[in-house]
Amino acid sequence: MVDASSDFPAGPEGTPRPTAPALSVHDLTKVFDSRGTTVTALDAVSLVVPRSEIHGIVGRSGAGKSTLIRCLTGLEQPTSGQVVVAGEDITTLRGADLRAARRRFGVVYQHANLLDSRTAADNIALPLEIAGWDKAERDARVTELLELVGLTDRAGNHPGQLSGGQQQRVGIARALAARPEILLCDEPTSALDAATTGQILALLKELRDRLGITVVVITHEPSVVREVCDAVTLLGDGAVLEQGRLGEVIADPTTRLHRELIPLVEPAPDGLARLQVALGHPDSPVGSIDGIISLLRHEGIEADVAAATVETVAGRRVGRLLVELADAALVDRARDVLDHARLHPEVAA
Amino acid sequence: MRFETDPTWLDNPVIREGLPTALWETLAMTLGSAAITAALGIVVGVLLHQSAPGGIAPQPTLHRVLGAVVNVGRSLPFLILMIAIIPITRFIAGTTVGWRAMIVPLTVGAVPFFARLVETSLREVSAGKVEAATMMGATRWEVTRKVLLPEALPGIVAGLTTTVIALIGYSAMAGAVGGGGLGATAMSYGYNRFQTDVMIAAVVLLVVVVQVVQVAGDRLARAVDHR
Ligand SMILES: Nc1ncnc2c1ncn2[C@@H]1O[C@H](COP(=O)(O)OP(=O)(O)OP(=O)(O)O)[C@@H](O)[C@H]1O
Ligand SMILES: [Mg+2]
Repeated sequence: MVDASSDFPAGPEGTPRPTAPALSVHDLTKVFDSRGTTVTALDAVSLVVPRSEIHGIVGRSGAGKSTLIRCLTGLEQPTSGQVVVAGEDITTLRGADLRAARRRFGVVYQHANLLDSRTAADNIALPLEIAGWDKAERDARVTELLELVGLTDRAGNHPGQLSGGQQQRVGIARALAARPEILLCDEPTSALDAATTGQILALLKELRDRLGITVVVITHEPSVVREVCDAVTLLGDGAVLEQGRLGEVIADPTTRLHRELIPLVEPAPDGLARLQVALGHPDSPVGSIDGIISLLRHEGIEADVAAATVETVAGRRVGRLLVELADAALVDRARDVLDHARLHPEVAA
Repeated sequence: MRFETDPTWLDNPVIREGLPTALWETLAMTLGSAAITAALGIVVGVLLHQSAPGGIAPQPTLHRVLGAVVNVGRSLPFLILMIAIIPITRFIAGTTVGWRAMIVPLTVGAVPFFARLVETSLREVSAGKVEAATMMGATRWEVTRKVLLPEALPGIVAGLTTTVIALIGYSAMAGAVGGGGLGATAMSYGYNRFQTDVMIAAVVLLVVVVQVVQVAGDRLARAVDHR
């Protein structure tokens, strides 16, 4: 488990640690007060995102994810705390200063929020018009962005003539148009099918690699975090429950994030003795499903796999599985054996 | 029947010479008041929408006052409104008779109606689109001009069509009382002098004008709708 208050260690292998983070959030608190009842949507949230990293924010519905994004961009005034971007505390800005600071962010929405009255090209040009670019500059930039997201041939189409995935590409191009430093994505793939989700995630990763942009992505889909994030924050009831680099979180099967990211589909209970085990601890001598079964057999315990989720995350083979024992009396023995092999067994109902 | 036996049926000089002038007056009165209504109604509609609680510039007092004025304007029957504002008509137009003067009560009657339709169309623009533009650093004016009005345009065009058709009806009433247009002709020849053919010809022309406006309005609304 990684302590929520600790800073992140050095960036991905090979990259030197950047001097100033792209975004840092300190003790951000937001209390909504509606007719006497108060809701603490954000409770002292702190977050540091180094430049060119992809940071995932996960949490159940109502955890405060959208409120966090709205506070980051000054759309909602936090009750207390700071949001520092490029050395400037966004929460203290008003009027024209706040509007200028908002241009440091590009935002991608779940439903793209494109204007139906404009073509794909004109949608991408909107932030440039607002930022005061002249027509020739706008046209050149729009052409460049359409190419970047692979929609050059759709420039003249209105959103109604584009698929959901294409609309989201236009949304991403629009978010990038005015050259923001940070891309905020609020559930960018929740409205898309699996194949399109994969394409959009690949695009986000490519943008980070090519443009060096910093990305904050809010999601409830474990696959989004597993596939693109460098670091992740788990929010619960407005507070940071866990936070850390993906590689570390995935190496520690005891964390809640590990459980969220490697969910196990459990079979209906039927009275059989079952143990849940986690694969992927760096010090574990066992690295495969077969390894677990033969380890138990070696100790004279007959076992079978009832359910399993195995993924490669941050370059590491990790998983969670449910082992079914032939003899219920051997549960305690099996647990000791598995525990010794650092497989984090838990007796399942 | 008089229609078949009367040799002057449809050969009436009023139909030949009077009706074209009356038609022109009706069109001038309707289009003149529609143009002013379109401009004022959009301004009032935008103010109503922006000042609403939860709008982009909430102003509860302004919203309530404006809303009350609009509601009063909409609830008065047009005939009563026309008579009630005679002093205003005289002040603006210098007279209270003829199609030019009638543009004043027609506009006063139509603005509250159209302003509500504009407000409704603006309210239907999704909050997400407004939020997206706000996050780009747009001012309230930019949000209105680049997001709200263009996105609401199909609804506004449909509302304007409905308003113009209502204006054609009002214009006939205004003409009957204050003079000018097909309404005046139908009233003074058809009703007061029993020239049924004039009455029928005037009514047919009114129906044709309404049809043309409706078809043109529908086409335009479809042309600007890209959803
Ligand atoms: N304007 C508001 N007034 C009062 N309470 C609010 C307001 N906005 C959000 N909340 C409350 O704050 C909490 C966090 O909401 P938020 O929308 O940030 O959740 P979320 O994590 O984005 O959820 P989801 O995954 O469903 O989108 C919820 O309890 C919500 O009811
Ligand atoms: Mg949300």
